[in-house]
Amino acid sequence: MLQFLQNLGKTTRSSFAKLGRASFFLTHTLAGINEVLARPNLLFKQMYSVGVLSFLIITISGLFVGMVLGLQGFNILSDFGAEESLGVMVAASLVRELGPVVAALLFAGRAGSALTAEIGLMKATEQLSGMEMMAVDPIKRIISPRFMAGFISMPLLAALFSAIGIMGGHMVGVGMLGVDDGAFWSQMQASIDFQEDIINGMLKSVVFGFVVSWIALFEGYDAIPTSEGVSRATTRTVVNSAFSVLALDFILTALMFGDI
Amino acid sequence: MQHSKTQDTLVGFFVASGVAALFYMALQVSNLGSYASDDSYTVIAHFQNSGGLKVKSPVSVAGVRVGRVSAIKLDKESHESVVEMRIESQYNNLPSDSGVSIYTAGLLGEQYVSLDPGSSDEYLKDKSTIDITSSAIVLEEMIGKFMLNKAEGK
Repeated sequence: MLQFLQNLGKTTRSSFAKLGRASFFLTHTLAGINEVLARPNLLFKQMYSVGVLSFLIITISGLFVGMVLGLQGFNILSDFGAEESLGVMVAASLVRELGPVVAALLFAGRAGSALTAEIGLMKATEQLSGMEMMAVDPIKRIISPRFMAGFISMPLLAALFSAIGIMGGHMVGVGMLGVDDGAFWSQMQASIDFQEDIINGMLKSVVFGFVVSWIALFEGYDAIPTSEGVSRATTRTVVNSAFSVLALDFILTALMFGDI
Repeated sequence: MQHSKTQDTLVGFFVASGVAALFYMALQVSNLGSYASDDSYTVIAHFQNSGGLKVKSPVSVAGVRVGRVSAIKLDKESHESVVEMRIESQYNNLPSDSGVSIYTAGLLGEQYVSLDPGSSDEYLKDKSTIDITSSAIVLEEMIGKFMLNKAEGK
């Protein structure tokens, strides 16, 4: 019993310590943003590796998610004779939920894990300490541009995911299953509100971009500098980001769409 | 530091397609495209029962959407539902003796306000009240009446 309490205390203490390190890390990173803006080359390079390289997986997954939504939605809605509402169903579920959330999960798997591994290896091969020796702040030089790139890329990727998903739903619903084209769009336009749905969906993806980039970079920076440590940190990035994205999604949805 | 032109092009393409996707959603998917003209005037109508009418439900004349419901309140004295509608100002020649009724689109569809033009020479203006109203048809009420009639008929 005493052993159990001791272990619990130890875990609590270490998780608090980690949270503290993470917040110091975040403030330091944010303080480096102005230097990133002064050197846009650094940012562009990271936008390429974080954003452009995630482009393909996001668009292809978006297309398939939209197509599946079209197919499943049609099967269910046609039971009630409401196939025309397919457009609303596909667009609302993509713009409000699936776009931001699935894009963030894919982003964590594609870009987040790469960031953690990269930073962790830099630490393991003492490149970060090397920079410190040369009086270059590694957080401002290495972390801030990557953070900024993730923060900017995430909303763009989520918007792409939703837009391509809606096209996929349209392709299956109107092209293959024969839902009326006009009803598909007009019902969608009548029910989807720009501020309520699209802006809130984008807001979600901004929050997710912030959190996933933060987790990925911090796990890399905080990794134990061995090959095993880096591999564990990469796993933690994916697990923790997935968990935070889903939990935050519930909270954000309750704040935005719920009457709580 | 070396930075290649292809990288710049690809990042440019990525940002452009992300922004294009956002615009596509704003114009094609949401109602922003149909909100082009923000010029509108408010008309008020009192209903005994506004049923499942919601804010942003469409207001139509002869099936053409001319505006939206902007607010639904309860009149504290008469216990009637006060429905405010914003009508686009391009439709400024609706007669002042027009009637409004709440209908349902399809059997289980959304409810909307239908405005039936009258014959007066005066037109509806901002803040004018429509007197001729007919309430929403509540399905449960109708089924209840129907059942009662059936039971009494026997």
